[in-house]
Amino acid sequence: MADPEVVLLSRIQFGFVMSFHIIFPAFTIGLASWLAFLAGAYLRTKRTLWRELYLFWMKIFAVSFALGVVSGIVMSFQFGTNWAELSARAGNVLGPLLSYEVLTAFFLEATFLGVMLFDRRRISPQMHFLATCMVALGTLVSTFWIISANSWMQTPAGYEIRDGVFHAANWWQVIFNPSFPIRLTHMVLAAFITTCFVIGGVSAIYLLQDRHREGAMLMLKLATAFAAITVPLQIFVGDLHGLIVHEHQPVKLAAMEGHWETRRGGPLLLFAVPDEANETNRYAVGIPKLGSLIVTHDLDGEIRGLKEVPPEERPPVAPVFYGFRVMVGIGILMLITAFWSLLRWRGDRLAKSRALLRTWACMSPAGFIAVLAGWYTTEIGRQPYVIYGLMRTSEAATAIDAASVKASLIAFATVYLFVFVAGSYYLLKLLRKGPQPVADELRHPEDKRPARPLSVAQG
Amino acid sequence: MEPLLPVLWFGIIGFGVMMYVLMDGFVLGIGILAPFSESQPQLDQMMNTAAPIWDGNETWLVLGGAGLLAAFPKAYAVMLSGLYLPVLLMLIALVLRGVSFEFRFKAQASKRLWGICFGAGSICAAFAQGLMLGAIVEGMPLQGGKYLGGPFEWFSPFSMLTGIAVVFGYALLGSTWLIMKTSGELQNIAYNLTRPLIAIVVAFMALVSAWLPFLSSRIMTRWFESGNFIYLSPIPLLAVLNALLLWRAVMRRAEYAPFILALTFFGLGFVGLVLGIWPNIIPPSLSIWEAAAPPASQGFVLVGTLIMLPAVLGYTYWSYSVFRGKVAVDSGYD
Repeated sequence: MADPEVVLLSRIQFGFVMSFHIIFPAFTIGLASWLAFLAGAYLRTKRTLWRELYLFWMKIFAVSFALGVVSGIVMSFQFGTNWAELSARAGNVLGPLLSYEVLTAFFLEATFLGVMLFDRRRISPQMHFLATCMVALGTLVSTFWIISANSWMQTPAGYEIRDGVFHAANWWQVIFNPSFPIRLTHMVLAAFITTCFVIGGVSAIYLLQDRHREGAMLMLKLATAFAAITVPLQIFVGDLHGLIVHEHQPVKLAAMEGHWETRRGGPLLLFAVPDEANETNRYAVGIPKLGSLIVTHDLDGEIRGLKEVPPEERPPVAPVFYGFRVMVGIGILMLITAFWSLLRWRGDRLAKSRALLRTWACMSPAGFIAVLAGWYTTEIGRQPYVIYGLMRTSEAATAIDAASVKASLIAFATVYLFVFVAGSYYLLKLLRKGPQPVADELRHPEDKRPARPLSVAQG
Repeated sequence: MEPLLPVLWFGIIGFGVMMYVLMDGFVLGIGILAPFSESQPQLDQMMNTAAPIWDGNETWLVLGGAGLLAAFPKAYAVMLSGLYLPVLLMLIALVLRGVSFEFRFKAQASKRLWGICFGAGSICAAFAQGLMLGAIVEGMPLQGGKYLGGPFEWFSPFSMLTGIAVVFGYALLGSTWLIMKTSGELQNIAYNLTRPLIAIVVAFMALVSAWLPFLSSRIMTRWFESGNFIYLSPIPLLAVLNALLLWRAVMRRAEYAPFILALTFFGLGFVGLVLGIWPNIIPPSLSIWEAAAPPASQGFVLVGTLIMLPAVLGYTYWSYSVFRGKVAVDSGYD
């Protein structure tokens, strides 16, 4: 078995590389579908504005997607370099799921992305729309498989263990394991909402600066409508997810809720500082009985506490407890933003409230923070297990020398920081520039509006 | 069927890795040749020949990784942990190479910087891949399915040789690709680079082939025992013929033939090396049957592979046909 220092270093590296990676898919899953929507709308209406918006977001997509791809390749090798024991023991189950992801999603995304980004002159607008749809489909299929693999590690099913090695006994049960359907829905909604708030936030900034008015107004309205539907839905789905966690991972739930004692009619803690040494919370502020109501849908439902299991079976409580609150808090802020905007839906009242526009602007990175906080909650919450209840994280690591892992951690940190800063710089540059007039040859033959002369172009 | 599954999977993964080596090989080759471009617009043009398809090409590497995890999980675990540092070098280099494609076309002041990242990333990735290939052919010390060697076990004269050989080999794929996809000044540069590259690659291939039988008695046996050489001799003979045809094609300034012949030349070299590994997945002691995932796993992914792989090859072919022909100086991003 690997020594504890190596396990810790490998965990830090995995957490870092994963956190970096998830930011980009969380954005590009939604962005790909948004691009498909824009391409479809242009094909139907032949309105030049849709084309302008498409070409603008396409450039943003290209940069984000590239960062997602290069950091994703790292992920596909990490299981072998740093988690060799996990690969050797659970590869029979996890490998096929990842292989299906490559076969059904990665090739689709990567190949059609090239067609979508580069040669719009050689293929028909219909073909171009189809290519965009294929990229969007690829991102969703990819989410399907990777969430299935992750969910299987959270709520394993359909397996047998022979000589310490996991074997698949029933693939249907493996793929559609108990937490998978709800976690897939939760993640896809999260990705869509993240993108929605970026689109709304960017539009609000343009409106505040009085630039790109027509497009910004259109996008802000679309973002408002989309958020007003999906944010309440996400809160509902999140609640259902809570029931699954309560049933299958009670210790994780206890950490999320900060419950030490098993009790009926437990409170909902709004704030507390979990004190793991003394197995209690300090400065707790809570609403009586609401915790039980939310978790079990019963005012006197039983919530199992952390003390039911010995300390070595518990996850680190504080990050799980806070991560969960950050995610839920952002969800509530999103709900408020969406409903407030809905109230000002008519005409151009949305654009008239600077306070509302500033709120949208501030909320533009909110989705990313919520996604990260949510993943920290679920991934730290399953500790000390990598396959819940069956295989510990400490058993999963490669028995390698600590110096190698230190070297790789430093290398990844340096290079990722460098490309992250550069990527953010180019993204901000593109956002600052905004949508641009479309050249004649990039437009649909039936789109008759002449290209605006560049001298009067805004931006 | 069941004993045959590991053999089929060895074939599929071999095919995937070869697709990667050939397809990303020429893209990495463009990066290796980046220092020979005479201006930034010329490098733009070089990169534009591959910009629409590099992402799909790189995906074959991910298929190789995921396929290995699915079909031979023990081999995946041992190979990647034993080659920890070369894998790290490859991944970091691929990150830099990949982002350079996107960032360079967005950059103005830092265009040169991303050109350098593109070149350096490509060279390091190619070297790391050649090094890993050499280290695997040479064999990894295992006991009870666990890796025994230290963090620098892969370091040997042979793996250094294969590392450098792959850099030149990819450069040859890149230069012949550029002959096919460009015209005028840039095509001239590519022709001028291709001639010495053929000579260098042939020399490296001869050196590796001559060294190979002395690496271990296992490889010696494969090639020279019980008449095997008679059956296997077409491979070196074809390679020699291939090299001659390639040289002639370049001398008569053919445009498509050099690239096709560079691909087949590389393919023959790859098959020659892999023959030395068979029936192990990691020499000297982990056979494909020992490393194989159970039939439940190998069979499940086989079904998907047999359905999806033709589809993948089909739309990949389509995307290449969309981008067929010469790349103009000003095409690509607007």
